[in-house]
Amino acid sequence: MSGSKSPRNLIARHLLDVPRSGIRDFFDIVSTMKDVISLSIGEPDFDAPWHIREASVFALEKGATSYTSNLGLLKLRQAISRYVNSNFGVRYDAEKEILVTVGVSEALDLAVRALINPGDEVLYHEPCYVSYAPVVAFAHGKPVPVATSMENEFKLTRELLEEKVTKKTRILMLNYPNNPTGAAMTSADLQEVAEFAVDHDLIVITDEIYAELTYGQKHASIISFPGMRERTIFLHGFSKAWAMTGFRAGYSCAPPELTEAMMKIHQYTMLCAPILSQEAAIEALEKADHDVVEMKSAYEKRRKFVHASFMDMGIDCPLPGGAFYVFPHVGELGLSSREFALKLLDEKKVAVVPGSAFGACGEGHVRCSYATGLEELKVAMSRIGDFVARLR
Amino acid sequence: MDELLKMLKENALEKAENLAKMLDMPVDEVRAKIREYEETGVIRGYHAIVDEDKLDLDRVTAVIEVKVTPERDGGFDRIAKRISKFESVKDMYLMSGTYDLLLFVAGPNLKEVASFVSEKLATIEGVTSTSTHFMLKTYKHHGLLMEAQDEYERLKVTP
Ligand SMILES: Cc1ncc(COP(=O)(O)O)c(C=O)c1O
Repeated sequence: MSGSKSPRNLIARHLLDVPRSGIRDFFDIVSTMKDVISLSIGEPDFDAPWHIREASVFALEKGATSYTSNLGLLKLRQAISRYVNSNFGVRYDAEKEILVTVGVSEALDLAVRALINPGDEVLYHEPCYVSYAPVVAFAHGKPVPVATSMENEFKLTRELLEEKVTKKTRILMLNYPNNPTGAAMTSADLQEVAEFAVDHDLIVITDEIYAELTYGQKHASIISFPGMRERTIFLHGFSKAWAMTGFRAGYSCAPPELTEAMMKIHQYTMLCAPILSQEAAIEALEKADHDVVEMKSAYEKRRKFVHASFMDMGIDCPLPGGAFYVFPHVGELGLSSREFALKLLDEKKVAVVPGSAFGACGEGHVRCSYATGLEELKVAMSRIGDFVARLR
Repeated sequence: MDELLKMLKENALEKAENLAKMLDMPVDEVRAKIREYEETGVIRGYHAIVDEDKLDLDRVTAVIEVKVTPERDGGFDRIAKRISKFESVKDMYLMSGTYDLLLFVAGPNLKEVASFVSEKLATIEGVTSTSTHFMLKTYKHHGLLMEAQDEYERLKVTP
């Protein structure tokens, strides 16, 4: 390597333009500290149900150590097809329309890369999951955030979208129930977004990873609206509702041409998802409804507890409709959300994620995950209460 | 089952204030409901789940299968009630299958339990046979694994 080259010259330019993740930044600080109660974890505190793990162990003992079809095990794709049909009311062909991926993370990347020509614009809401803008930028597309706010419950509206759409817009990405806000959209909310997508002839990438985790309302998906099936890439996975983050298992459902395009990238870059995770995923779809219900019921109680605790502190905190996050507004306490998080960590050893890590409009908020044991949550809430009282 | 009962079954020591928050109910209502459950006998009592293997107690537990000749009036009930009154019988069930009653019997040592079986239990009229199994080690009790497993450590911050 030539000694004169600075890293800036070595690294691809479009990569240098993507800022370091605010989450990693914060992670580095938290990991130097001891005895921290963390509400910054975007994954379930539960281990994957034992019978799901056991299915993987059983497969390993039988000798499941090989590649699978690029698309994934047919048995799994068939199980996905049945699951999506019975829970979302849309039928996908297990042979041509379903691709098993290494988490929704990979599926997002594949979907974006399969669709984008350099310069194409991609609409997505902020606050949102940290990977949306980067994957678009990696594919030489232009990420165009649509800011949502607490006033409209962090929902996307046609009005907000119309302000940002241009002739170059090709894709709309959305994720409800939402990480980090916990916002969920109803069928009525989604209708105008679906009409917007049809009117502007956009492809929709819908990230339904929290679909099972809605509270007090039934999950609604944009996939169920007229004209959507042929223009939607439906993404889902096992990380959240089945507590299987480490298995790295997800999938995409989309019309044959789109699936084929994503598969082309997947086959050369990933080959296939790990077979042991696929075996576990079959068990998850076929035998774990009860586990999902049990975990959800635990989240639901914690959600009410955390929400009520913030309200008791006089902090504005929308009651989330789904996922396992609350996104309270701490803006009027005189600190930026990053300062709030750092000071809380320093003084009370409670880690929350600054809302700004999920987009500029997350400023003033912090994300607290309630996928954390109840005993820890109680201590954390009482410490945050002390902290807020002192700031006032 | 009522959500409140489920939560108390998991942790009977949970404060009423916290239960109220989680159930989105006024605290007074939570307290009143618990009192009602206690008064109507839905809640029979509260106890700690103790890992007795940790205590070096002089105590053994036996599981005893008992065959009984049912009676024309009342089937197994009269004999079952009679057996269940012994202090050393901690749990007892009527079972389907190759025997009739299943007893969990505790005693200070093997000898005491054996003499309970031979002198008290087997001699009851109507008891036709008994089969006694001593427990050697508890792996799981009341849904809890007794041997704490090392927690697999998670990252402190993830997206
Ligand atoms: C909205 C959203 N999409 C995707 C992912 C990534 O999921 P996976 O584990 O399936 O890659 C996450 C994980 O936090 C998420 O919150």
